[in-house]
Amino acid sequence: MVSIIKKIEFKLISPQEAKKLAVMEVTKSDLYDNDGFPVEGGPMDPRLGVIDPGLKCRTCGLTMEGCLGHFGYIELVKPVIHVLYANYIYKLLKITCRKCSRIMTKKVTQPKKCPYCGEEQIPIKFEKPYTFIEGENILNPLQIRERFEKIPDEDLKDLKFLGGRPEWLILTLFLVPPVLVRPSITLETGERSEDDLTHKIVDILRINQRLKESIEIGAPDFIISDLWELLQYHVATFFDNSLVGIPTSRHRSGRPLKTLADRLRTKEGRFRHNLAGKRVNFAARTVISPDPFISIDEVGVPLVVAKDLTIPVYVTKNNIEFIKTLILNPSWPSANYIIRPDGRKKKITDENREEIAKEIAPGYIVHRHLQNGDIVLFNRQPSLHRVSMMAHRVRVTPWRTFTLNICTCPPYNADFDGDEMNLHVLQNEEARAEAALLMAVPKHIRSPRYGGPLIGAEHDHVSGLYSLTKDGTEVSRETALQLLFEIGVEVELPNKNKFTGKEIFSYLLPKDLNIEFKSKSGVKTVIKNGKLIEGVIDANAIGREKGKIIDILEKEYGTEEVHKFIDRVSKLGIKWLEKLGFTIGLDDFEIVSKENEEKINSIIENGKKEVEKLIEIYKKGELECLPGRTAKETVEVRIMQIVSGIINSVRKVIEDSGVFEKENCAIMIAKSGARGSLLHLIQIAGAVGQEQSLGERIHRGYTGRTLSHFKENDLSLDAHGFVGSSFKTGLKPYEFFFDAVSGRGSLMDKSLRTRHSGYLERRLMNALQDLKVEYDGTIRDNRKIIVQFNFGEDGIDPSKSNWGTIDIKSIVQKFVK
Amino acid sequence: MKGININKEILDHYLVPKHIILNEKEKNELLQKLNISEQQLPKISINDPIVKLIGAKEGDVIKIIRKSHTAGESIYYRLVVKI
Repeated sequence: MVSIIKKIEFKLISPQEAKKLAVMEVTKSDLYDNDGFPVEGGPMDPRLGVIDPGLKCRTCGLTMEGCLGHFGYIELVKPVIHVLYANYIYKLLKITCRKCSRIMTKKVTQPKKCPYCGEEQIPIKFEKPYTFIEGENILNPLQIRERFEKIPDEDLKDLKFLGGRPEWLILTLFLVPPVLVRPSITLETGERSEDDLTHKIVDILRINQRLKESIEIGAPDFIISDLWELLQYHVATFFDNSLVGIPTSRHRSGRPLKTLADRLRTKEGRFRHNLAGKRVNFAARTVISPDPFISIDEVGVPLVVAKDLTIPVYVTKNNIEFIKTLILNPSWPSANYIIRPDGRKKKITDENREEIAKEIAPGYIVHRHLQNGDIVLFNRQPSLHRVSMMAHRVRVTPWRTFTLNICTCPPYNADFDGDEMNLHVLQNEEARAEAALLMAVPKHIRSPRYGGPLIGAEHDHVSGLYSLTKDGTEVSRETALQLLFEIGVEVELPNKNKFTGKEIFSYLLPKDLNIEFKSKSGVKTVIKNGKLIEGVIDANAIGREKGKIIDILEKEYGTEEVHKFIDRVSKLGIKWLEKLGFTIGLDDFEIVSKENEEKINSIIENGKKEVEKLIEIYKKGELECLPGRTAKETVEVRIMQIVSGIINSVRKVIEDSGVFEKENCAIMIAKSGARGSLLHLIQIAGAVGQEQSLGERIHRGYTGRTLSHFKENDLSLDAHGFVGSSFKTGLKPYEFFFDAVSGRGSLMDKSLRTRHSGYLERRLMNALQDLKVEYDGTIRDNRKIIVQFNFGEDGIDPSKSNWGTIDIKSIVQKFVK
Repeated sequence: MKGININKEILDHYLVPKHIILNEKEKNELLQKLNISEQQLPKISINDPIVKLIGAKEGDVIKIIRKSHTAGESIYYRLVVKI
């Protein structure tokens, strides 16, 4: 029977209720007698529950599985404050009259007088964690309790003090938790080691006993108050042992005791360790490395991992022979253990291999090793979105790291500077089918965020294809055959001795593909009937996020086709670069001639002079201000205009010299869109340009100047972060400093921004986590309340769309010709 | 909200979408179509200026025709509730 919880109430427990809840009074501080049996009336009394298997509970008669344990109680000789309520006690004490115990909420007079009885009030101080001082005198728990007892119920009602009487905030009865909460451990030596809570309870019992005896023999007041204070300390640390202001209670060895509050709130506590963080079996974690020659939906699994992770297989009459061969195999692929039909496990060892192979029959479950082609989940933290966890096919390798194709790095945001990733082995057919159909890498080539390709060719693939397909690349028949064989294309080549790169690339395309688009460098690229006729293949064709060919293959030929294409195109790029020998060095940046260098220098000199003239006008006070700006701001704006003029002219000089048509390796990388841009080449070979900090020229530093290299109030280009040198020629010391300023600035900005936006996104996702698209297309939360009537107002799933829209025009064109 | 006069011009503001009160028949058709109780609809406060202006009562369903970046125009329904 399922019953629904209608209401949960949290309230204070009264001493009477607590006594009713308890099954016995705990009076003795000894745990076990000389024979090793628990002492009757001690903290380990068998009436408090059973922790030994086989025994029956003295209270409820159930065994260890059924009995939840029972509370005991300790009658405290003197009341003590419940530390976790100390703040409430303070708040209540402040507004309670010291004579008549009415709640004084009405008017405040100076000096404070009770509005009911006129008694003058003495201000109360609270010293953490449990001391209350009225004027000069310490209020003991007994006095506080007396005051609280007298508070009329009506006053409490007005105060909205719910869930019990305030005097219950001060403990007169201490509830002893059941032994199940504080089980003792038997060490190998046969010695018993008690739980920290039990130690604490023993402390409380001892002090309580001593206090009782001291009162009975009429001991002096100071002894009694010392013992009372000690009792208060032990009860307080029982609840919370990390209180500020009192020493932490320690074990004999010096280790702090872990008491109730520590069980809940620490990182190893119930919340963060057990409830928020759960652990699983059949998982592995290790460092990742790249392998461009495995498929994008594969993952390389080390042999040692494959031997440890298992998949349960039901033995049937169809697979029994196969399973027998596995069991008999002494190394991988084998099996680790079997589960008999009665549920008992048996480990397979070298000794019992043959025995077990004979034993198995339909109905047995065999946990076999991970094998090539098994479906597993692969994940990298932080798991921010769905593509942080995808399904891969296993490929067992002799190495010690997981390997993955570099094309699948972007969705995981992975690199190989020491990143580790997790692998989970799915344990049943249903899970494997679901993962293979919904979570497989090829199903996530189109991003669910913006509807474009998320997986595509990366750096070397792009520059390789660019180099291969540009006009004039010709290879011999042997090279062509070898390239095509290496990437897994088996075709019969036409009878000729020279092949262009474009022809080789065309073998990767479907025979009926027709597209035209602009390549990265601006040239038109034409593909007709699956043949690259004109133009080059670069980032705009096969790159991530903007690759036209990948986009169209995914849309019109399906995931299988793009999957194959990405695998082959990335291999082709790399294999071609291997043949070519692709490298960059300092020589690649010898792109500015002596003549042009002088030109650039004179451009910079002229710019500097122009700025000087401007500054002169400004210092004379003759500068005409821009609307809405001060003269100071105006001069900055004007200088920035001159600076961008300088940079533009420098770029023009280099571009006009025609070096970018020459195409060495460095230029090719930038032009194909593999990495970097022409701006970076200009910074290396021409001039670095203006360094910025906080979106302005660099102004920070000493008073009136950035560095001691300059005079105060010097507004010139040099003094505020203009770098006229290039990275190749080298920076002057002050230029280097400015470069470091702007570099540090952007580094800090980046790390702060990602942290901030990451948290914003996390909060948003937590708020939206239960929303789901129902079968009728509406978005509802877990109470089935409608949030949106149509997903995204247009009902489009971006991961199955054309950049978030549906391209009706091209669909119609396909069918109507 | 006593003593505050709501400016009728807000109805003409370009950021305020069109609000229409559904009649009983339309309301029932909508609930039937979505197979929900009225409490499962998104809510709008009876104190909302636009609700006051078009004179909707508690329990009415308002149809809102919004401009949308993705769909051009989108239709939304909200149930008028107290507070």
